[in-house]
Amino acid sequence: MSSPTENGRVVTYVDALLEAMGQEMRRDEDVFLFGLDVDDHKGIQGSTVGLVDEFGPDRVFTTPLSEDAMTGVAIGAAMAGMRPVHVHIRMDFLMLCMNQLINMAAKSHYMYDGQVSVPMVVRAMIGKSWGQGAQHSQGLHSLLMHIPGLKVVAPSNAYDAKGCLTTAIRDNNPVIFVEHRLLYFTDAYVPEESYTVPFGQARTVRQGGDITIVGVSNMLVECLRAQELLEEEGISAEVIDPVSLVPLDIDTITASAARTGRLLVVDNAWTNCGASAEIVAGVVERTEVPLMARRMGYAPTTCPTTPVLEDEFYPNPVTIAEKAYAMVRPRADAWHPDPERAKLAYQAQFRGPF
Amino acid sequence: MTNNFDNEGDMTARLYRSLQLVRRAEEVIADIYPSDKIKSPVHLSIGQEAVAVGICDALRADDVVSGTYRSHASYIAKGGDLNAMFAELYGKATGCAGGKAGSMHLIDMGNNVMGSSAVVGTTVPIALGYALAIKRRQEDRIVVTFFGDGATEEGVFHESLNFAALKQLPVLFVCENNQYAIHQPLAKRWATDRICERVETYDIPTARFPDSNVESIRNHAHDAIKGIRAGGGPSFMECVTYRWREHVGPGEDYDAGYRRQSDLKNWRDKDEVARLGNALDDGMRARIDAEVELEIAAAVDFAEQSPFPPIEELHSHVVAD
Repeated sequence: MSSPTENGRVVTYVDALLEAMGQEMRRDEDVFLFGLDVDDHKGIQGSTVGLVDEFGPDRVFTTPLSEDAMTGVAIGAAMAGMRPVHVHIRMDFLMLCMNQLINMAAKSHYMYDGQVSVPMVVRAMIGKSWGQGAQHSQGLHSLLMHIPGLKVVAPSNAYDAKGCLTTAIRDNNPVIFVEHRLLYFTDAYVPEESYTVPFGQARTVRQGGDITIVGVSNMLVECLRAQELLEEEGISAEVIDPVSLVPLDIDTITASAARTGRLLVVDNAWTNCGASAEIVAGVVERTEVPLMARRMGYAPTTCPTTPVLEDEFYPNPVTIAEKAYAMVRPRADAWHPDPERAKLAYQAQFRGPF
Repeated sequence: MTNNFDNEGDMTARLYRSLQLVRRAEEVIADIYPSDKIKSPVHLSIGQEAVAVGICDALRADDVVSGTYRSHASYIAKGGDLNAMFAELYGKATGCAGGKAGSMHLIDMGNNVMGSSAVVGTTVPIALGYALAIKRRQEDRIVVTFFGDGATEEGVFHESLNFAALKQLPVLFVCENNQYAIHQPLAKRWATDRICERVETYDIPTARFPDSNVESIRNHAHDAIKGIRAGGGPSFMECVTYRWREHVGPGEDYDAGYRRQSDLKNWRDKDEVARLGNALDDGMRARIDAEVELEIAAAVDFAEQSPFPPIEELHSHVVAD
């Protein structure tokens, strides 16, 4: 469990999302929730379950499989002053929304010179493991980070999930809210009352002096496990969670990297033109001191389903720790932590199938 | 400024005034265009005015219209600010979007003209979203979404029809079928020309106007809107019309060979602007014409005299506060 606070109860990521949604819908009549399956018995893995009973089918409703038009509907409703939350059970489906997101949601406030704003939230879940495969596993946040006018957040724990969703709903801009399936049943201390987590403020999750490791979305969890393995070898890693990717708190990361002299960015995505590339470039542009920088992410391939290949596709605590070790001790022999000891909580808990 | 929402008085005079304002505004744009003062590609509606004018005459001021990149006509007919439109074409700070939108993205929320888009079909679901908000708030306003024949080929158009019918949204779909997508005729794009039949399968009532007679469009819209306002769900109109000028720009392009001069002649012979003007007595027509010219001249003057936006404006409104 990684908790930014010790206030509140221990709550799972999925329940934190549900709680934020309910609180915001109670607070503001203009907030509504829609997307395929948000009102069914499973309620997006539980993150929307029961909301239709409390708020009714005008405010919580499923949609036809028309992602393009439904995104336009969200934009139009937002222009009329409502606050839609549009849910996609896999981020891959956002590809059907790109015209609306990029040409309209992102641009309308600017293109129409402030006559309208587009306060909408797009929740998009990334899948992983148990054969999610090529089109149920993609972290596509980098595509959206490229476009001025969109905010992109990727909370890695239950506390940030609740606070960021609240902030996103109250924000007057389109916010892409990146979730990860494997984070859903992780837990953290979460205050019961409503609260916001500010965008553009990175969180230093572990302090250290030898290397700065940045982990995006669920890679933060993997980085934390790697940090523990490194600590046993006497290497002190500072671990930073950017929390929001746009706006990005590059200053916190730069200050840390300038101090440790080593920066490893681990993204839950491909590295090419990705968030990791942006973070490294942003740090390099802002620092005068010599810096060793490396990136890790998906293998430069499509995600395969068979576990043998899929395991190889993702960074994991072992590969992250090995990379960091080699950066800190470039002349030492290669070090290979025990894979059994590198296992994460979800790997012990999750049995599949989805 | 013209006022099409005071649906009192002589309908012919009212419709003519609006038709003439749209026609003359665009002719003036075409005249100015070679001077390079207008720094924005223009897609003129000359020849198609009856569609926007007929529909907008049936609307209330608080009803909403949503258009396309060819939306000078719907913007003007709905009562959009003419000064702000000309200033926008000139790229001036006083433009309807401060010079950031140009001709293809006109907007005037004060007069309930939603922003238009350069990407075909894109604004159709956005109009639905606005209508969804209206319905949720139990208002009796309606939204008109104007789009061309090309937009009906986009998947999002069919997604939108289905959703509007499913949710019984207060939307009037208006297809301005000018028969060409850039230079491509319907015959090269549509398996059949029975667009109304396609729409009816969603249980949306339809009507087709083969000559875009302005009174027929206006009267049908008036009745259809009554039903939509009362909660009867969406309605669809196909208005067949003809773009006299080239797809983009001020000129004619009949020498390019993709359409015939004789087609233009057929449509010119049934020009609604001329027909309604001829139906008025000479004094009335002359008075309206003079008013229209003054209004356009004032808008051009306003645009010419207005300043360009300050450089800092580049960075304003990237994100909303």
